[in-house]
Amino acid sequence: MSTLSLTSAFTLLLKRDLVLAYRRRAELVNPLLFFVLVTAMFPLGIGNDPKLIQAVGPGVIWVAALLAALLSLDTMFRSDFDDGTLEQFMLSAHPISVLVLAKILAHWMITGLPLFIAAPLLAMMLNVPTDAIPTLMLTLVLGTPVLSLIGSVGVALTVGLRRGGVILSLLVLPLYVPVLIFATDAVKTSIVGIPTSAQISILAAMLIGSLVLAPLATAASLRISLS
Amino acid sequence: MSEFLDMGGYAMYVWPSYGLAFVILVANWVSPLLQRRRVLTDIARKLRREKREQK
Amino acid sequence: MGSPRYFYNVAGKMIPWFAVSFLLTLIAGIYYGLFVAPPDYQQGESYRIMYIHVPAAWMSMFIYMVMAVAGLISLVWRIKITEITIISSASVGASFTFLALVTGSLWGKPMWGAWWVWDARLTSELLLLFLYLGIIALYSAIEDKRVAARAISILALVGVVNIPIIHYSVEWWNTLHQTSSVTMTGKQAMSTSMLIPLLLMGISFKLYYGAVVLMRARAEVLERDRNTRWVRELVEGEMK
Repeated sequence: MSTLSLTSAFTLLLKRDLVLAYRRRAELVNPLLFFVLVTAMFPLGIGNDPKLIQAVGPGVIWVAALLAALLSLDTMFRSDFDDGTLEQFMLSAHPISVLVLAKILAHWMITGLPLFIAAPLLAMMLNVPTDAIPTLMLTLVLGTPVLSLIGSVGVALTVGLRRGGVILSLLVLPLYVPVLIFATDAVKTSIVGIPTSAQISILAAMLIGSLVLAPLATAASLRISLS
Repeated sequence: MSEFLDMGGYAMYVWPSYGLAFVILVANWVSPLLQRRRVLTDIARKLRREKREQK
Repeated sequence: MGSPRYFYNVAGKMIPWFAVSFLLTLIAGIYYGLFVAPPDYQQGESYRIMYIHVPAAWMSMFIYMVMAVAGLISLVWRIKITEITIISSASVGASFTFLALVTGSLWGKPMWGAWWVWDARLTSELLLLFLYLGIIALYSAIEDKRVAARAISILALVGVVNIPIIHYSVEWWNTLHQTSSVTMTGKQAMSTSMLIPLLLMGISFKLYYGAVVLMRARAEVLERDRNTRWVRELVEGEMK
């Protein structure tokens, strides 16, 4: 029987995950709702002084995006682990890190992309000036995949645990700090009008770095947690 | 002596640092000992129970 | 060489040597640090906290590096002893990191006027503490200790790759936002009489780590091999 080529296995897995997610469309909106909700909490907590909210704005949006990503990380392997398909993937002839990359990409498309829809709206809510919104979107495009990639390592390590949630955030949040720092810094400097090419290029470097390294670490972690 | 203890007015910062260092050094020294003793007593109790069952 | 029993006996013999040399260097270091070293012209006596803070910070980094190397070895060659050294080092490393944080803020209060300052070093140290706690939490959450050991090996490696990135990003974040803070005396050229206690304390903390990691590893080996014959004989020997 013809074995699947690597690329077709990759696309097949990706399509499968997207279709599965599409069947449970209602759940797709959860990270988005959480994102908007958390962002809306801050002005209520801080008070409605516009200058203060603007100063805090980029940080709030990015922390909310971080928490939304963290919240949705669990769905990456959970369903496959429960019904055993994860073990089947591990047995496949193809390099596991590539299959894992398909799952991470699917997770990013399901949970990362919806944040883009809400981001401009939230930016205006936190009266971030409209000319800084393109930078915000750029940092989200570069940053959210990194969140899924680094998060996948943590999920792979805690997939076998019943109450892995809290530990997952303890493992993953310190690793999210560099993304948070450079992304918010990029938006803040763009608000002031200074070019932000330095921060953006560092974010892009982090994306490429984690794109290469994270799937390897995730594949190794899966092999260990399932052993 | 009291002048030394006063640490040039910074006693409130210097002595807690050294005190905490002492506590942490002692705690990390004692805890493996306790852990080892706990493991040994567990194994000893299990061995005694096995001997009793063999009779 | 790698057999747990052999390790158990060899470690047992080495611990007293570590312990004695640790105590000697500690006493010498504290005596030099508190009595002999002159007060700092700027900070007076408060800089003596440096003799605990700086060695503890060194140790927090050093131990994490040891854990990462041990992680790599145990992943590649699956040697049981290196797996055990990772978890045996974790709690000592976390304690030194915590000690460095508290003494850092105790030193920051007289110098910068606030208990907690988002100084680049203190912030990276705080994140390092979370990395340690993550490793300890993950290890205790996984029942099968062999699987747990290999899981934290991966975590230690992922962590060690991220430490320079975290430190760099915190430095960047700090230099842009932090008003210029007085650099610790460590930066200016230190007079030798101030440097000797620092080196003595640095060495004594390393010796302390040597002793404690071996003691913890011995306890861990016993726990892991509790059903093996050599442990039974050992326990029977001690029971008489």
